[in-house]
Amino acid sequence: MTNDVRAEWPLYEVFVRGKRGLNHVHVGSLHAADDDMALRHARDVYTRRNEGVSIWVVQSHLIAASSPDEKDPMFGPSNDKVYRHPTFYEIPDNVPHM
Amino acid sequence: MTDMTEDLTPASHSAPDPNSEHGSVFDGLLGGDPSHWAFGTDFEDPLAGVDTTIPDGVDGHDLGVYCLMLADDALIASHRLSEWCSNAPDLEEDIALANISLDLLGQARLLLARAAAADPSLVPSLPAGSPVPPEDALAFFRTDGQFCNARLTETDNGDFAVTVVKALVLATARLALMERLRDSRDAVLAAVAAKAVKELAYHRDYAGRWFLTLARGTQESRRRIDAALRTVWPLYAELFVPHEVETRMAEVGVGVDPAGVADEVAVVLAQVFALSGVETPDIAPMVAVRGLRGRDGSHTEAFSKLLGEMQSVARAHPSGRW
Repeated sequence: MTNDVRAEWPLYEVFVRGKRGLNHVHVGSLHAADDDMALRHARDVYTRRNEGVSIWVVQSHLIAASSPDEKDPMFGPSNDKVYRHPTFYEIPDNVPHM
Repeated sequence: MTDMTEDLTPASHSAPDPNSEHGSVFDGLLGGDPSHWAFGTDFEDPLAGVDTTIPDGVDGHDLGVYCLMLADDALIASHRLSEWCSNAPDLEEDIALANISLDLLGQARLLLARAAAADPSLVPSLPAGSPVPPEDALAFFRTDGQFCNARLTETDNGDFAVTVVKALVLATARLALMERLRDSRDAVLAAVAAKAVKELAYHRDYAGRWFLTLARGTQESRRRIDAALRTVWPLYAELFVPHEVETRMAEVGVGVDPAGVADEVAVVLAQVFALSGVETPDIAPMVAVRGLRGRDGSHTEAFSKLLGEMQSVARAHPSGRW
């Protein structure tokens, strides 16, 4: 037994891979006491309408995020480099998900 | 009070026709327009392609009553769990309990529809022209003495610990039963059981984890789980006392004798108790009033209040369309 009682469970971010989707997509967040409970809460909260076939959860504080303050130096330089898009190639019909 | 049936457009929620080869039990619920579903579609009909004829040598009335027993356990447990909506300790548990409640409601719906198909005389009569489907008539227009759920399902939720213990006991017992019922000679019962096994395995896991957490948590949570066990345990033994209809259905290969799963359930629960550091309670079962139990229609006082709340709206509008 423990007497280390906290008023709130840690926050988790939830990623779900849909039936048709290829990669896990962030769907929201929830509170849970540990990783196992977070997975089950995610199942109950975010896949109850038949949305998913796989779930990832991670504690929110473990995610490193870029800052809005860095937006211009981080992302500005790429918005005029049209030649980085492979638009000069014909994509064969049998190559999916491009 | 105005008549609610007058102005509504007809039949977006029609009764499932278990005898229709092409009908799905979800037809009425889905409303025929999949575009308003944001994410998942592809819902599977648990009765797709299932033979709905009553097996040879099986009495329709017995089959109907047997289905009512299985249905009523699920329906009443579902209603009790639904009382947690907006009252659970936190939002996530609120939804988890509601999901379990809806799983059980889905089982009840299929089983009540099967009961009505097996013996239409079980269905209460309603005013001529009432659109209420047979499974709703069975749920909302029977009196308490006509319900045959085990009394475990009907007692008050108590605190979260009592709900967890009730859910653990019910899910463990029902899972053991449904695993065997998958081999029923009745194809509909076998299909319902196959669907139920997946759901109940999750319910047992959910309740078992919470039992362990509360038992090994704080002094307060341990005190509550101990008290909850003492509250629930008198209702435990009744789950494994076979009614004569259950015995007859088991003999013809359609049903499962609940006495036959008692040992397996006890072993599973003993594992949970051992992990949790809790002794298996040694408390006498609740008495059977004049030898009658929940399966015979004998219920606790709490059940009348539950039925009053569950049935009052449907009974006020016997010709209502929902």
